[in-house]
Amino acid sequence: MSRKTLLGLGAGIIVLLLLPLFIPRFYVYLVSIILLYGLLATSLNLVLGYGGIFQFHHAVFYGVGAYGTTLMLTKTGLPAMLAFIVGPLVSAAFGLVLGIICIRLSKLYFGMLQISLGSLVWAIVYRWYAFTGGDDGIHGIPMPEMLSSPKSAYYFTFIITLVSLFIMWKIIRSPFGSVLQGIRDNPVRSEMIGINVRRHQLLALVLAGFFAGVAGSLFVVVDNTVFPDMLFWTLSLEIIIMCLLGGWFAFLGPMLGAAVIIALRTFVSTYTDYWALVLGIIMMLVIFFLPNGILGYVEEKFKRGFVEPEIEER
Amino acid sequence: MDAVYSIIPAGVLSQVFVGLSRTTILFIVASGLTLILGVLRIPNVAHGSLYMIGAFTAFTVTKLFGGGSAGFWMALIIAPLIVALISLIAERGMFQFLYEREHLMLLLLTFAFSLVFGDLVKLVWGGEYKSVPVPHIFQGFVPLFGGLPFPRYNLFLLVAGPVVAILLYLLTNKTKMGKIARAAAVDREMVGAVGINVSRVFATVFVIGCYLAGLGGVLVAPTVSVTLGMDHNLIIEAFLIVIIGGLGNIWGALLGALIFGLTQSLGILIWPKFGIIFPYLAVVVVLLFRPTGLLKSTW
Repeated sequence: MSRKTLLGLGAGIIVLLLLPLFIPRFYVYLVSIILLYGLLATSLNLVLGYGGIFQFHHAVFYGVGAYGTTLMLTKTGLPAMLAFIVGPLVSAAFGLVLGIICIRLSKLYFGMLQISLGSLVWAIVYRWYAFTGGDDGIHGIPMPEMLSSPKSAYYFTFIITLVSLFIMWKIIRSPFGSVLQGIRDNPVRSEMIGINVRRHQLLALVLAGFFAGVAGSLFVVVDNTVFPDMLFWTLSLEIIIMCLLGGWFAFLGPMLGAAVIIALRTFVSTYTDYWALVLGIIMMLVIFFLPNGILGYVEEKFKRGFVEPEIEER
Repeated sequence: MDAVYSIIPAGVLSQVFVGLSRTTILFIVASGLTLILGVLRIPNVAHGSLYMIGAFTAFTVTKLFGGGSAGFWMALIIAPLIVALISLIAERGMFQFLYEREHLMLLLLTFAFSLVFGDLVKLVWGGEYKSVPVPHIFQGFVPLFGGLPFPRYNLFLLVAGPVVAILLYLLTNKTKMGKIARAAAVDREMVGAVGINVSRVFATVFVIGCYLAGLGGVLVAPTVSVTLGMDHNLIIEAFLIVIIGGLGNIWGALLGALIFGLTQSLGILIWPKFGIIFPYLAVVVVLLFRPTGLLKSTW
């Protein structure tokens, strides 16, 4: 990593740290949402962009994490901080179970079986009024004292997101990450040189599930609600769009994509009810003109300018 | 008939018939999807939206012709054609440039279409529930197996399903067009090399598939309330049917639709609250033992 990138990152972190002091409450909320969606999209990119696995229903792990945390907070008297750990762990467990079932299939079949299992989870959450609140979801989830104000929720989200991103970055740069990318580029050859392809992919799925669960728990902190739409398949495809828009071969691409989409959604929604129409058109434009995403485009355009050689990618 | 009646309780029997009517709708929509998947290799998420557009168009056409039986029959003819026209525009305008892209991109592109179509339906028809009347001759019930009432319209659906299946079989197996399409599904370059306009073949198959989505939408319209979001569950169901049947296999779509429709209607008897989960469980079981579907896939 060059000094320039480090400087940029440091500046970004400082700006995000000071931001809540200067902007109105609503924007504090908005930036928190962007951060946690960015985390969610990055966790998807771990398996989609770096692993080459067709994770079509990532939202399930996000929703399960949120519901796990919420149900711990509302149904048990255990310490609140425990709930924030349990939520992601439940997600990781779901990642493991769904992964074991789906991993034998490849590509489109994998994605489709995952959508079917995910829809099953959604259907249960949607119908089980006594436990999950059914289609109403659960509102006004009690938060511990230290997280009850928007600002504290923001800082909590910011720190957890930062730590999670750092860990994921380390994972991608680790030998495990290299193997994962090797499998993406050539599964047959990876198998031939003695790599256990399934086990590596499974571990990636569990990790992605865990961090999606972290994002889900953060949503509970920021919004104090959960609802079954958080596990609906359309959200999963929206997260994929975030990855695509930002650029899924760059680590911060999904974060950028999430920021663009969430910001646009917020501003478009103040003018019109037809956000889906706008999003659909944006997607078509991206697929046609920016197949490598915003960061991919920037990299292409200014190749000689500032991108240092990143050999690890190969 | 009493013998049947004594073995199978009346409730189960009537649920089987409800399930079979549902199977018809699912099959018609899924067969279009599987046709497109098999030949063009596009996982068309917008298929559900076209089904929804079919249902809404049926509402408008029925109303235009006075809201009676004549209206419904006109809708049955016109609405799927309108859907086919929309799909033709989408195919010529966009999809034909993207056939070489990977599946994920095509999936996202069709998802973009489904978002746009969904909002356009909201724009044109508004967010309220619409209902299409059952045509006059199919109103009421027929007694079935010792006086069990069964809606006449569902009987009509039970006939419509096999008719569509047979027509599709004839189209894909007995006509030149169908044979070319099946060849293109296996090796599109070779088909192009012998001087056939593959692009036109693809467009035709795409339009026929979307026509079937529209037809399913019209047929379902009198039995449900036509509303926004009716596409969301259906498209997932149709995809699962296609997957468990074997991609691109029309008989597979029929088999998958049967499994889906029957587990759904019988599941409700077993566990009313969570009847919805049984078809999904069936899909999981099928895929665990036959990962690439029950029948032979064209992929």
